[in-house]
Formats: sequence, structure tokens, C-alpha cells
Amino acid sequence: MIPEIGQFALVLAFLLAAIQGTLPLVGAARRIPAWMALARPVAAGQFVFVALAFGCLAYSFVTGDFSVANVATNSNSQLPTAYRFAATWGSHEGSMLLWVLMLASWTVAVAMWSRRLPLEMVARVLGVMGLVSVGFLLFMLATSNPFDRLFPVPADGRDLNPLLQDPGMVIHPPMLYMGYVGFSVAFAFSVAALIGGRLDATWARWSRPWTTLAWCFLTVGIMLGSWWAYYELGWGGWWFWDPVENASFMPWLAGTALIHSLAVTEKRGTFRSWTVLLAICAFSLSLLGTFLVRSGVLTSVHAFATDPRRGIFILAYLLLVVGGSLVLFALRAPKVGGGGRFEPVSRETLLLANNVLLVVACGSVLLGTLYPLFLDALNLGKISVGPPYFDSVFAPIMAPLVFLMGVGPIARWKEARVPDLWALLRWALGVAIVAAVVAPLITGKWTPLVSFGLFLSFWVVAATIVSVRQQIRHAQGGMLVALARQPRAFWGMTLAHLGIAVFIAGVTLVKGFETERDVRMAVGDSVTVGGYAFRFDGVTDRQGPNYRAMRGTFDVSRNGRSIEQLFPEKRVYLSQQMPMTEAAIDTGPFGDLYVSLGEPVGGGAWSVRVYAKPFITWIWGGCLLMAFGGLVALSDRRYRIGKRREQALHGGAGVAAD
Amino acid sequence: MKARHKRLAWIAAGVAALGVATALVLNAFQSNLVFFFSPTDIADNRAPKGRPFRIGGLVVDKSVQRESDGLTVRFEVTDTAKTIPVLYKGILPDLFREGKGVVAQGALQPDGTFRATEVLAKHDENYMPPEAAAAIGKAHVEAQGKRAAQTLEPQPEVLRR
Repeated sequence: MIPEIGQFALVLAFLLAAIQGTLPLVGAARRIPAWMALARPVAAGQFVFVALAFGCLAYSFVTGDFSVANVATNSNSQLPTAYRFAATWGSHEGSMLLWVLMLASWTVAVAMWSRRLPLEMVARVLGVMGLVSVGFLLFMLATSNPFDRLFPVPADGRDLNPLLQDPGMVIHPPMLYMGYVGFSVAFAFSVAALIGGRLDATWARWSRPWTTLAWCFLTVGIMLGSWWAYYELGWGGWWFWDPVENASFMPWLAGTALIHSLAVTEKRGTFRSWTVLLAICAFSLSLLGTFLVRSGVLTSVHAFATDPRRGIFILAYLLLVVGGSLVLFALRAPKVGGGGRFEPVSRETLLLANNVLLVVACGSVLLGTLYPLFLDALNLGKISVGPPYFDSVFAPIMAPLVFLMGVGPIARWKEARVPDLWALLRWALGVAIVAAVVAPLITGKWTPLVSFGLFLSFWVVAATIVSVRQQIRHAQGGMLVALARQPRAFWGMTLAHLGIAVFIAGVTLVKGFETERDVRMAVGDSVTVGGYAFRFDGVTDRQGPNYRAMRGTFDVSRNGRSIEQLFPEKRVYLSQQMPMTEAAIDTGPFGDLYVSLGEPVGGGAWSVRVYAKPFITWIWGGCLLMAFGGLVALSDRRYRIGKRREQALHGGAGVAAD
Repeated sequence: MKARHKRLAWIAAGVAALGVATALVLNAFQSNLVFFFSPTDIADNRAPKGRPFRIGGLVVDKSVQRESDGLTVRFEVTDTAKTIPVLYKGILPDLFREGKGVVAQGALQPDGTFRATEVLAKHDENYMPPEAAAAIGKAHVEAQGKRAAQTLEPQPEVLRR
């Protein structure tokens, strides 16, 4: 019964999305207020039914209703409850439902927090989001129904892929999807503005917080995925340039460019067409990512059973959305017009350079990700593009970007003078160079690459300090008062930029000083890695809820003193007899110790991976700091002032306190 | 006039920068492509010498041998037509099994052994890496093609396709 309710809710949601995607848009074009006013309630209704469908699927999973094909293939009676719930989005169908749920949530959020927008704009934005939703709901109903029944009913399910049985599964996909789908808001705002022909600073101000929020989610989502891969896949890497990772990274790069270009459009009214184009690109790349991951053209942990119809559907949908919006852009953009003028040396120019570099980086990732697929599709042979390509392309593009990041916040809008910039930044530059040369010496190993990476990191920190000083130079009162008075948007930017510095430091130190050793260890053997001695004390059996495990014991000591014990596991998940490596990691602020079991090699000996990864947590810490910066920027007063003004307009109805 | 010159200079600079970036990207791209060859391709000397590439196929049953250091592994990869010996030093992925599909990246040694630097993991028990599936499918088609060529009049155009 419950699955049928879910199915029915899905159909109703589809119908409501179809209304949401048509009537308000027509209403806006023909100026029929009643049709435009439909947008909000219909969006809310669609959300309710999508949420109901999702709830029904989650219920089927948690209660273990194996008559639902989706549950039978992705869950098991022995699966712990938290993972049963997470298994809701562990399959192709379920993850599509999560996608649509996220889209409906963003839509409802826009409907709620858009009271001060003109009705026409709201109708268009929600209408465009409704159209996006129509495509996905139709896709689910036509090719990947999550509620399909199975007959005869199996006694038990096939179980969730053991790789996915991890707390990461509970939180990584929702975060990532929130980010992916969040760009649909920026997209909808852009398309709405193109349709309405109204593209100005106000438009930028409206779509800015939504874009920043989506970007924060995407940042955290990618960071969680990287961290999860690091501890779960059992070989200690944190980024593999896997096509699926690239699929999430490309919208991030485009989104980062978009955030910066929106800033210019809001403050100076310039870059309008470019901003619109970026918003279209960011969401198109999100859709492309969904296509790559969900259609089965890629082979990875994220790819599910392939059904050619699905791939063709998503591809057609992708072409329709991207093609349609680009045609609209081509028709309307010339009317948008330019903005304020600016000189060759100015903050505008620096942000333009930021955008160009980010887009080039995004393009290079796109090339490396799609080219093998093209060759394969045209039957020209199978190739792969590995990490060396991305490494050698990415660093040279990112280095100037990071350097300019130090200059950008200090340069003035419209026109900056090079001598002024030099006077402000020369100390920062000097400090960064000296620190970068000296710091690696502490470890006793100096390499140019480590030094250069640290230079970029120190440079960002030093230049950021200069920019804070510059920001408060005219302030009255004490320094702390002045600091507290700075707008949140400024602090958000500062924190996010510092996050980049932390991230770069982490990457540099991991790449420069990590030690990886694959060794054969018999009981009692010791191996020294990164100054720590690891002694193998043998393997014992252990029984988990739905797996059997061989658990190794490693004693870690430094300078002859035992510090702690690590327990890596080799698990066999019972329902499919699938083996899994569970690494044991000692995490610390200055580095991780990483041990994972390979396989038994006879006589009680095992092949073992023993890694020391200095400062690896800084990589994820830096990402979190970036996302936190985004949230701080979101809480800026100027987004709330508008709210207060709007409350005054409506006689204080609605929320009483801010 | 001056403003126009300035703008032209900027556009020229932008195009130049983009050109440099493109050259950089394409160059790195060209030198880092990894091609895929099946055991039959290698047996027919179609695979490059001294340049890394990927092979795929099935791990031959009872071919996996471990050397005394516990880390060096020898096994054979087949596309059902030809078989190539592979040498790998390191820890194999969890789902590496005899009789199952595998993809390895490495280079061909002068003695005809494929020295793998990386053996790729699968993520699901029943999943066959597409490269491995393609290699086996191709060998299958070629075998059928040869049989057809022996029994029927040669029809080169049809066969090429």
C-alpha cells in the first residue's frame, strides 16, 4: 500500500510541476496576476507530494519491504537502520528521487523567501524551476520508477553495496545534491531575467545569496566525498580525478566563478551577460554531472545498472535545457547591454582574470573527462586520461589565480594604481617569500615545489591580513571595534580565502612529505614510516552485524614509546560475500597515520599498507573554512535590511523578530 | 582612437593568454593519454613499446602466483583468444579474482611481460570493467570473423566492418 501511495504522490507531483512550469510563465508574459500568483502555492504543493513520495520510499526501506524491487536490490534485513534509511538514495531510482526532493525544497525556499521580489519575477523563476522538475519527474516515472514491485517477493534483499555502508553515505549525497541542485536557482533567476529582459544590480543581489548557499553545500559535499574516499576505499588517496569527482568539481569551478562575477554585477553593474552565461553553465554542468554519473557511461562506485533508455532520456533533456537556455541567451543577451567602465588595472579586471582562469580550468577538466567518452562513443578506441594530465594542467592554471586572489581584495573598483598596490603588498610578498624558503628547511627536506606551494599559501594569508588592515584604516575607535563593524560579506570573503590558503598548505605538505609503504608483515614484524614504528601483532576474527571481519592489531610507537594501537579490518559482507577493506586511521591536526590490510600471504603474514600523511586534514579543513566563509557572507546585513524594509511595507506582518 | 587601441591591445592580450593556456592544456593532454589494448592487440604487436597503456580481460584461472616477498604477484590476462603475462608489485584490489575481469595499467617489458603499475578495482562483485568486456567481445567477434572467412568466400568489406 505504502509504495502505491508513493507512486501516486509522484504522479501528482508531476502534474503540479507541469502546472508550475507553464501557467505562471504564461501569466508573466500576458500579465495575468492570477496565473502568476499560482506559482507559490503550486510549488508548495509539489514539494509536499515529492516529500510524501520520498517518505514512502524511505518507509519501505526502513521497514524492509522487499516486495519493492528497489528495496530488494539495495537493502537487507541485517542492514543497520541508519544505512537502511541512507539506502533510500543508494540506488539509481532513489538518488533521482532525492534529486527531485532537493529541487522541490529549493523551489519552496525560493517561494518563501522571495516576498520582496516583484510577482512577475517570482512567477518566472518558479516557472523555470517547475520546468526543470517536470523533466526529472517524467524521467523517473518513465524510466526509473523507485516503487516498482517485485513478484515473487524475495525472502531477503541483496544488500546495499558494502562500500556505501558508511556514515558518509548518510550525509555526502544529500550535501552534494543540495549543491548541484542549488545552482538551479541561479539558473532560474538568469533565465527569468533573460525572459523578462531585466538584468541589473537588483537581479544580481537577489540571486547572489542563493548561489552562495548552493556553493557552500557543494563545497561541503565534495569535501565529504573526498574524505570518504580517503578512509573507505582503503588506499589513502584523497582525490583521484575520477570522472565522477570531476563531474562534481566542474560545477564547483563554474560556481566559484559565478560567485565572483555576481559580486561585480551587483556592485558595479558590469559583466551582466557573462554572469548569466556562467549561471547557465554552472547548472548545465550539474546536469551533465548527473548524466555522467547516472546514465552508466562512467564506470565507478557511483554507476548503477545501465539502461540505455535512461542515458538517452537524460542526454535529450540535457540538450533541451542547455540548448534552450543558450538560444535564449543568444537572442536576449545583446539587449542586456554593458555596465560601468573600468580601467585595465582595477578590481573588475582582477575578477575578470579570476573568471577566465576558473573557466579555463573548468574547460580543461571537461576535456579530460569527456574526450575518452567521445572516442568510445565514436568507436575510435578506448583511452583514459589519468591524474598526470590533470595535475600538470591544473597547477599552472591555479597558481596565477591564487596569486591574484591576494591582490583582488585590495585593488579598488574602477581604477587601481599599480604603485599603490605595490606599496601595500610588498611586505606581504617579502614575508611570503622568506617564509616559503625557510619553512620547508625545518623538515630537513627542501624541494622547489613544496616551497612554491607554501609560498602561495603564505602569500594568501599575508595579503589577506593586509586587506583587513586596509579595510579598517579609516575606522574610528579601537581596532577590535573596527573589526567587529566590518560587514559580514567582507569577513565571509576573508575566511573563504584563508580556507584556500589552508587547503593549499595541506595539499603541498601531503604531496611533499607523505610516506607510503606497501610491505609484507609477519606477526611481530615492525616497519618504520614517517618516524613512527608500526608493529604487527596479528589478526583476530570478529563478527559484525552483517559481516565477518579479520581484525589486525598494530602497535604504533615513537622513539620506543608506545603511543596507541590501530585496528584495520578486512571484512566480508555476508549477503553477497563481498570483501571490503576498512582502514584504521589515527587522525591528528598535524597528520594522519594510516594502516590497511591487504591480503594474507601465507604463514600468518599479511601484505599491509602503512602510510604517514602529514597535514592531510588541512585539505578538508580548508574546504570547511571556505564553506563557513560562504555562510558568514550569507548572513550579511544587506540581505536582511531588505527584509526589514519589506516588513515595514507590509505593516510588520509575518515574522516579528529578525 | 587611443581608447580603441587600448581595447584592441587588451583583446590581443586576452587571446594570447587563452592561446597559451590552450597550448599548455593540449600538450599535457597529448602526453598523458593512456590507450587501451587487448591481449590480442599486444600479441599482434599493435601496442606501443616503452609507453604506458592499459590492458583488460579476464584473469586466467590458477595463474596467480605470489613471490616470496609477499607483494610481487604474477598472473595472466586473457581475452579468450590470446594471453599476456602480467607482473605487479603491490597490494591487489579487494575484488581481484581468478576468472574475473580486470584492468591494469603499465608498460610492456622486452620479454613480453606486462609490468603493471596499477591494477584497477571494481566496485561490485558482478561488475565487469567495460574495457575488459570490450576486449573479450572483440576477440569473440574476430574469432567468428576468422571462422566465417574460412568457410565463406572472402568478403573483406564486410569483415572490416
